[in-house]
Amino acid sequence: MTDTPTPRHIPDRLDKPLSSAIFSWEALLVVIAVVIFAVNSFASPYFLDPWSLSDLTFNFTEKGLIALAMALLIISGEIDLSVAAIVALASTMMGMAVQAGAGTPVLAAIGIAVGLACGAFNGLLVTRLGLPSIVVTIGTMSLFRGIAFIILGDQAYKGYPESFAFFGQGYVWWVFSFELALFLVAALIYWFVLHRTSFGRRVFAIGNNPVACQFSGVRVDRIKFILFCLTGLMSGIASVLITSRLGSTRPSIAQGYELEAITMVVLGGVSILGGAGSILGVVLAAFIMGLVTFGLGLLNVPGIVMSIFIGLLLIVVIALPIVWRRLREGRFA
Amino acid sequence: MKSFLKYREIWLLAGIVVLIGLISTRFPGFANPANLRQVFNDTSILMILALGQMVVILTRSIDLSMASNLCFTGMVVAMLNAAHPAIPIPVLIVVALALGLVLGAINGFLVWRLNIPSIVVTLGTLTIYRGATFVVSGGAWVNADQMSPDFINFQRAALLGLPVLSWIALLVIAVFFLVMTRTAIGRSIYAIGVNPTASVYAGIDVGRTKFIVFCISGMIGGLAGYLWISRYVIASVEVANGYELNIIAACVIGGISIAGGIGSVCGAVLGALFLGIISNALPVINISPFWQMAISGSAIILAVVLNARGERRQGRIILRKAEAA
Repeated sequence: MTDTPTPRHIPDRLDKPLSSAIFSWEALLVVIAVVIFAVNSFASPYFLDPWSLSDLTFNFTEKGLIALAMALLIISGEIDLSVAAIVALASTMMGMAVQAGAGTPVLAAIGIAVGLACGAFNGLLVTRLGLPSIVVTIGTMSLFRGIAFIILGDQAYKGYPESFAFFGQGYVWWVFSFELALFLVAALIYWFVLHRTSFGRRVFAIGNNPVACQFSGVRVDRIKFILFCLTGLMSGIASVLITSRLGSTRPSIAQGYELEAITMVVLGGVSILGGAGSILGVVLAAFIMGLVTFGLGLLNVPGIVMSIFIGLLLIVVIALPIVWRRLREGRFA
Repeated sequence: MKSFLKYREIWLLAGIVVLIGLISTRFPGFANPANLRQVFNDTSILMILALGQMVVILTRSIDLSMASNLCFTGMVVAMLNAAHPAIPIPVLIVVALALGLVLGAINGFLVWRLNIPSIVVTLGTLTIYRGATFVVSGGAWVNADQMSPDFINFQRAALLGLPVLSWIALLVIAVFFLVMTRTAIGRSIYAIGVNPTASVYAGIDVGRTKFIVFCISGMIGGLAGYLWISRYVIASVEVANGYELNIIAACVIGGISIAGGIGSVCGAVLGALFLGIISNALPVINISPFWQMAISGSAIILAVVLNARGERRQGRIILRKAEAA
């Protein structure tokens, strides 16, 4: 899916910190977020209420957790379309455990472990057999959700213990939900790993040139395997949260989450071709998507129409800098 | 190269024959010609869609919006028919093709002129086109009793022993075969997938060719929109939800490389048939339809594993040697 390769411009010196911060992708996202926030507060009198804003966060925390790991995976030049199916399978396994009488800690552990195992399976197929991840994960997406369908059919699992509800419905302090706290902590960890460790630098390097990395002594396959495991792990965690919030499991749970998580990542400025991106951008994009869907929801806009806005937002935000640059250079076709 | 390509499709064909054989041991009537004709007819729409997706994948792009395009065009055509039953069916088909072409051209334009990766563009239009379906229909359905009898029966009419739907599929297959093997544009599509840089030096306009393949996949999506709605006689916002991945799955099983440049019309058709046979066979051999998803998922993974063996890049092999040293 790459285009005609163009020589990469590598400047001798980086831009001045201030100017590069002002013209950065993240700055654009902040502006968009502020505009949407302002429009929302004018459009609906119910918007600027701490509890409204708290409800808003539930729109993106679960997908956002997946998007954090997906960002690293996409930066390294791979992709995982099976995340929503992993959520469904992990939720189904938790449902089975409930029928067997498992308690809350065991349930959470099962959800996370199933997610990790699914991620490792993807990682093995991609790294050991050298297969393209987009195709592998289209396959495992059908496989994982298919297993959930085989186990559940048209049934649903209910009867989760009361203490299990804390993960998806509990509050840590005042209006701050456990989901939001977990998302922010995870974002901080991912920011640190991607931008402050040698592991993170290697992820970027792999995305830019995997062959050169291999020859430079970077264990490309092992890092990619770890990234797939992380994505599975985050999907497992998201599964615990969603199952806890809904209190039931159906095989169609989290349908379509994979595309929303990828939309978040791309909107957050991560290059779909790999090698560039930031966690801050992804977090901002998650907030923007939450703001858009929640704001439109307050205005009684149906979910399917919101998706038009999300789709337009994705294309326009990506197209704008390109059009603007071309206009400035006076060579718009 | 050519004998190798033949090799791969022959293996898939052998796999399909074995599959039919296995199913026949459980349900002897499956392999009789009347039933196989039925399976072909059932798979026609998927085959057409897989061919449209194939030309896109061959150029190292992807079109995730085909199912949404199908949904939108199908809805518009169904509403036209409900409002003006007098419009003849061929005109409606032309409308469907034209509308699909416009939607495809939007994708193509963004990929060509703005250089946005196709996966991003079509991820966006995937949600936009489906949302637009809701906007034009107001969330309402178009039911069988609102459609004219012609609209529903056109594709079911028997012509020389086959329904019109099967003939349309055969016609599309023939056209794609001729275009991909006998025309300059067909060869350019392969060239771009194999080596975009060399294609530029060979005088191929890479961007324009990509624009054209998205127009093709759009037109196919539009055609499939009419066929789908008149086959399942219901038009709603939920039509073919998530089907874009089935289309890609058919291509992958058919041996079309997601890295571009490798694949054939024959492969796409066989890949779709493989999925069609599985979905037709499960009910008659008493396996719960809930198994279908897991089985096609396993088939996709198996197909990639088998196909990838022939696709290893030269660079990768050198690397493996370097690793071992």
